[in-house]
Amino acid sequence: MPQYKQFPLPDTAEGLTEAEILTWHVKPGDTVTVNQIIVEIETAKAAVELPCPWAGVVTELLAEPGQTVEVGVPIITIDTDPGGAAAPAAPAPAAAEANGTSSGKIGEEMPGGRIATLVGYGPKSGAAKRRARKDTGAAPAAAVVAPPAPAPAPAPAPVVVAAPVQAPGGYVPLAKPPVRKLAKDLGVDLHALTGSGPGGVITREDVETAVSAPAAAPAAATSYVDNGTRERRVPIKGVRKATAQAMVDSAFTAPHVTEFLTVDVTPMMELRARLKNAPEFRGVKLTPLAFCAKAVVLAARRTPDVNATWDAAANEIVYKDYVHLGIAAATPRGLVVPKVRDADRMSLKELAIALDELATVAREGKTSPADMMNGTITITNVGVFGVDTGTPILNPGESAILALGAIRDMPWVVDGEIKVRKICQLALSFDHRVVDGQQGSQFLADVGALLAEPGIAMTY
Amino acid sequence: MSSPEQWTHPEPDAAPAATAAKPTAEQVIAGLRATDEGGADLVQLLTPEGERVTHPDFDIDITPEELRGLYRDMVLIRRVDREANALQRKGQLGIWVPLLGQEAAQIGAGRAMRETDMAFPSYREHGIAWTRGINPTELLGIFRGTDQGTWDPVEKRFHPYTIVIGNQVLNAAGYAMGQKFDGKVGDDEGEATMCFFGDGATSQGDVHEGFVWAAVYDAPLVFFCQNNQWAISEPTERQSRLPLYQRARGYGFPGIRVDGNDVLATLAVTKWALDECRHGNGPILIEAFTYRMDAHTTSDDPTRYRLSDELEMWKLKDPIERVKVYLVRQQWADSEFFESVEADADELGEELREFCTNMPDPPAERIFSNVYAEGNPNLEAQRDEFLDYVSGFAGGEH
Repeated sequence: MPQYKQFPLPDTAEGLTEAEILTWHVKPGDTVTVNQIIVEIETAKAAVELPCPWAGVVTELLAEPGQTVEVGVPIITIDTDPGGAAAPAAPAPAAAEANGTSSGKIGEEMPGGRIATLVGYGPKSGAAKRRARKDTGAAPAAAVVAPPAPAPAPAPAPVVVAAPVQAPGGYVPLAKPPVRKLAKDLGVDLHALTGSGPGGVITREDVETAVSAPAAAPAAATSYVDNGTRERRVPIKGVRKATAQAMVDSAFTAPHVTEFLTVDVTPMMELRARLKNAPEFRGVKLTPLAFCAKAVVLAARRTPDVNATWDAAANEIVYKDYVHLGIAAATPRGLVVPKVRDADRMSLKELAIALDELATVAREGKTSPADMMNGTITITNVGVFGVDTGTPILNPGESAILALGAIRDMPWVVDGEIKVRKICQLALSFDHRVVDGQQGSQFLADVGALLAEPGIAMTY
Repeated sequence: MSSPEQWTHPEPDAAPAATAAKPTAEQVIAGLRATDEGGADLVQLLTPEGERVTHPDFDIDITPEELRGLYRDMVLIRRVDREANALQRKGQLGIWVPLLGQEAAQIGAGRAMRETDMAFPSYREHGIAWTRGINPTELLGIFRGTDQGTWDPVEKRFHPYTIVIGNQVLNAAGYAMGQKFDGKVGDDEGEATMCFFGDGATSQGDVHEGFVWAAVYDAPLVFFCQNNQWAISEPTERQSRLPLYQRARGYGFPGIRVDGNDVLATLAVTKWALDECRHGNGPILIEAFTYRMDAHTTSDDPTRYRLSDELEMWKLKDPIERVKVYLVRQQWADSEFFESVEADADELGEELREFCTNMPDPPAERIFSNVYAEGNPNLEAQRDEFLDYVSGFAGGEH
């Protein structure tokens, strides 16, 4: 007799309420052993691998990669006795009915919205987080029609091991207990209030104001009543938080100057088209970004200031004889800036391959902290979003960042005539403590010249 | 009594000059970084490659049987650690504090103690608990939140785990002072106390106070600092200008740095230190230079603050592998022995899983039961009210 067990998502740190499924390492039908790593999840604190509690055969994965699951909700079903006779058709109806629920047919919706599946129910477990009180002196009607529903007893009894913490997810208004009580007594919903106290804490005054307000303007109140449902509050954490901190640090320490240059990159695009057909570049993803990267490392050789660092602690400017080129990449986890190490020693082909690998790793969310450290200069490719240009903020510790805009067919004057050419805008932000207007302009002009006429590289 | 300078053993290098002549950055970080080899004063008897080396001041005679025992201890406690870590990941423990990488420091120190010696642990001392004869299952309740450790601290001579950082150093100093006042110090039959803490705790006032009290009362106390290089996310170099063992000199007692991944060196140095203490020459500071291979706790993500090349470097210094290599090279153990240890480890893992998943939840009344030794009317009234409240819920015990 197969014995199905379901593994609920554990709280892997103290007090987490949910986690995102990153990768499953097993699939239905796989044989698993105790402590075998079955899934990787990401919590607010860390990416964590979960070991399997039982040996057996995976019957069903109950959550998709990318899905955010609440702690306590089952994520996998495992048959811990697959050798037993296949008799899942004989459930324990007595037990189920004794619990006040019928066992239901596969695919049918059950009371409470659950859908019976082959091995129990879909992942959504009941919403009831609070146990009912026994003593219901003057019982409200709801208590009569809905007796406390115990855990479902699905067909071949999946055993759900102790669900640890059942903290309700979502936004909880901040207010001190006496204020909460006041709000409760006065019938004010704290969710509808905006706190005026420090850190957005709802104060006694806020509650009192809320009570007096509706009388003054009842009509207006109705049109705002659903504000709570039309806004979303997302905690600032993880990559978002790190990005915010880095940007604020950079913007308020390094005096930024941004310069712009519009370039006719038709020759570069023509060279790209030729190289793509060259046998040497077969299978290489040769993007405009690769040309731009090459131009940056070449131009940085002429203007080493853009590749230098302001070391305020040591009262020194650090010039670097290497280029660790950062590439700002948008990933599902947010903005990350992985580096191409020693980019100045790479050929165009090597750069193209390195950039492709970087992008793949970043998109998979596998960029390690080590990959993101010790950059010397950064390119942000805003062109991929169809944007012409921007005023980028320096990556902290670096002195220059170049924004590569979209390449468009535009009218352009060539030899006194208007022609359609491939036009691209470049924007360079630099740290004016390290780089003066002269060096910054020289660098930007060099990059532009290299893209406008790749043959210039011969002169470097 | 000899002068404090003579106790300091081995003689430390010239300490960095006073603040007037600031040491260079290189001097400051000498011996502080996790990627150091440990410095010239590091006591080592078994290299990471499993080569037996000698040391002029500390050596040890070890029989094949004793070394097999130490190996077995380390393998089993590592399994306990990994199993408990996995139990946390399965939702069976609220938190776990991994000891991975610190097996030699703990087994070496623990096996140096006599039954009459007393030990004060922090919260990572699963290996010390093992050497005090405490079944690892007794540690689980602490991390499941069902009890505070079920062993008898008096019988096992092992104080309950202390969660507050460094607090146990004061407890240990007081206990060791008591041993001295009771006349249990002075000859080979004397008693001693060991106190365990980490590099992070050395920044706590409690530890400083413990050092001072133990020093001025000549307490028979071995301060055993496991420097695992990281106080959660804070590296040692940001907590101290000089290697931690050199701090002892300022308090007037010897400080020794031992290779904490070398079970033989740790055992030899700790035995010597305990003997010094039981003869009345305490206290002594031992800094076991080791590395925390896993996270600070299961709630921590070390990849956010340290680079993996550091971890890779320490993998080569594994405390268990070097003993295994030495055992094989000396032909002191065969494959049958290693397999039997593995089998024991598997059995222990199974026992932990069984025990943990079957632990009963404590009754609600437990919150109140250990607050006062002899009741308290106010608390009893609160208890009754609370139990009455809890019993008002439908759906069983909890």
